[in-house]
Amino acid sequence: MDFQLADEHRMVQATVREFARQEILPRAAALDHTPVFPSEIIQKAAALGLMGMVIPEAYGGAGMDPVSYVVAQEELARASAGLQTIITVNNSLVCDPIFHFGTEDQKRRYLPRLSSGASLGCYCLTEPAYGSDAMSLRTDARREADQWILRGTKAFVTNAVEADVCIVYARTGPEPGARGISAFIVEKGFPGISVGKVEKKLGIKCSSTAEIVLDGCRVPASNLLGEPGSGGKIALTTLDGGRLGIAAQAVGIARAALEEATAYAAGRRQFGRSIGEFQAIQWMLADMATRTDAARLLMLRAAYLRQQGTRYTREASMAKLFASETAMWVTHKAVQIFGGYGYIQDYPVERYFRDAKITEIYEGTSEIQRIVIARNLLEGHA
Amino acid sequence: MNIIVCIKQVPDTEAPIRIKADGSGIDDTGLTLVMNYYDEHATEAGLRLREQFGGTVTLVSVGAERVKEALRTGLAMGADDALLVSDPALAGADHLGIARVLAAVIRTLPHDVVICGKLSTDDNAATVGAALAEYLGLPQATAIAHLDVDGGGAGAVVHREVEGGVEVLAVPFPAVLTVERSLNEPRYPSLPGIMKARRKEIKTVTLEHLGLDAADVGMAAARATLVRLSPPPARKAGRIVEGDAAQAVSAIISFLKDEAKVLS
Repeated sequence: MDFQLADEHRMVQATVREFARQEILPRAAALDHTPVFPSEIIQKAAALGLMGMVIPEAYGGAGMDPVSYVVAQEELARASAGLQTIITVNNSLVCDPIFHFGTEDQKRRYLPRLSSGASLGCYCLTEPAYGSDAMSLRTDARREADQWILRGTKAFVTNAVEADVCIVYARTGPEPGARGISAFIVEKGFPGISVGKVEKKLGIKCSSTAEIVLDGCRVPASNLLGEPGSGGKIALTTLDGGRLGIAAQAVGIARAALEEATAYAAGRRQFGRSIGEFQAIQWMLADMATRTDAARLLMLRAAYLRQQGTRYTREASMAKLFASETAMWVTHKAVQIFGGYGYIQDYPVERYFRDAKITEIYEGTSEIQRIVIARNLLEGHA
Repeated sequence: MNIIVCIKQVPDTEAPIRIKADGSGIDDTGLTLVMNYYDEHATEAGLRLREQFGGTVTLVSVGAERVKEALRTGLAMGADDALLVSDPALAGADHLGIARVLAAVIRTLPHDVVICGKLSTDDNAATVGAALAEYLGLPQATAIAHLDVDGGGAGAVVHREVEGGVEVLAVPFPAVLTVERSLNEPRYPSLPGIMKARRKEIKTVTLEHLGLDAADVGMAAARATLVRLSPPPARKAGRIVEGDAAQAVSAIISFLKDEAKVLS
């Protein structure tokens, strides 16, 4: 048993921490107040290898392992959860499924540009009427000669505005549920795809969230990802990896809130002493630190299991569930420690509080995570 | 072009520094150590010369085994090789001793240019680069803020920022250059670079390998000894001016005139 990060993980951590401190942190508040897509930072992140972190170098990626991935994602989210969202979606939800399920031709066509920052990816699973019940999705794909014709509307798509490569799930067969679903790689340049309503959000504001409208979108047959009917499996496998990225995001947000609250508690004086000397504050800080550490350990374990090549669905869900609820709880306490200063935009903790909420919702709500964990526990006991 | 970059591992300038109780040095338990920032600029300068002229960038350092971490940072940035001189007999060596050791290593390597940081952020001596040039018998240009190597790689024109102006020097290669932070913007190590750096073997040599005697370069040869380190004096508490705005303003103005003497 060894609780130390390996040397290369510590180097990744130090590098990404320094990158975040220099390039992201000074602009994090502005990116929240006046959200614009931070393309310059994304290009620098790409030069470091952060856009296709676990993709092998042969396909233009950085060839890192899943532990490096979560360590890096935590550092990015510590500085800006919104910016990290852009990056983690490109990695986990776009590069990953193309690498695992794509043909050699698809990998060569898409992974280098997604890893280098030349392209950005988005993931189109959710529909306005099908969120947690994603496997009932209604977007339709019909084969016509050597093309598929896609029709439907996808909702809450992260990176929708800026992305040019979209993983789209659509129904290709009459089978109900997951079995009738297939996945496609759809380029924004294909005829019939457009960006619909752009959402205004509570947090993670510098990442765009919008509808993707498929109005008879023509997709070459060579862009079917995986076998026809395997879309449900691709979606669920991909989300296991995605949940590592969201767990890391939540841990990063929680750590940001803990660090800010600790510094504030040490410096803020009331009743003639620093508020950190009051037990009421100490207990909050102690619980915040304990939960953040526990969340990080769950995150690292899930990443480690993925690295070992073992099934990690349950552990990924546990990490995502616990880390996201921790981020919400810790940021809530951080606002309380800051008092009135926690409620205004001059300090960062209200941003952490708003950013934290999404981690309990996207890539499977906390309720869905509990279903995944419970089903996994009960497997084989029926 | 054979490019040598000398680097030093120093405490992170953002880390809190604790001094040992007896004042003999800093307490480095739990202290974050990094590559000296000026040496990052030196490494960047070396990498850019390699991009321009081809060849190799070799990093050289003197220090304890853990200095390899700083060398790995430079390898991750893209340097080709790294070499560490590590020997317990070097404890207590002064800047000239370190410069002699570096000169001995560099003599064993092909070198067209040797690049150092202008100074290291831990002791601010700015001595090793200049002394190294003397020991190697090479021309030197220190604290350069601009570097322009001629097309044939036979020499360089450099700019030095001096009081009230810019000094332009020409130096033939091989030469020793020490660099200012304004020379360039160091690249971040890329993640694939980190992986390659991790796999790379860093050679360690001792004084014996270099044919050096501890009596000539170690503590015994040091021409200056560290008497004591002490922390900077604690910052005095600020003064809060009481009273209404008009009174407070006149109190502050008289303070600025009479005590701080920044107004007349």
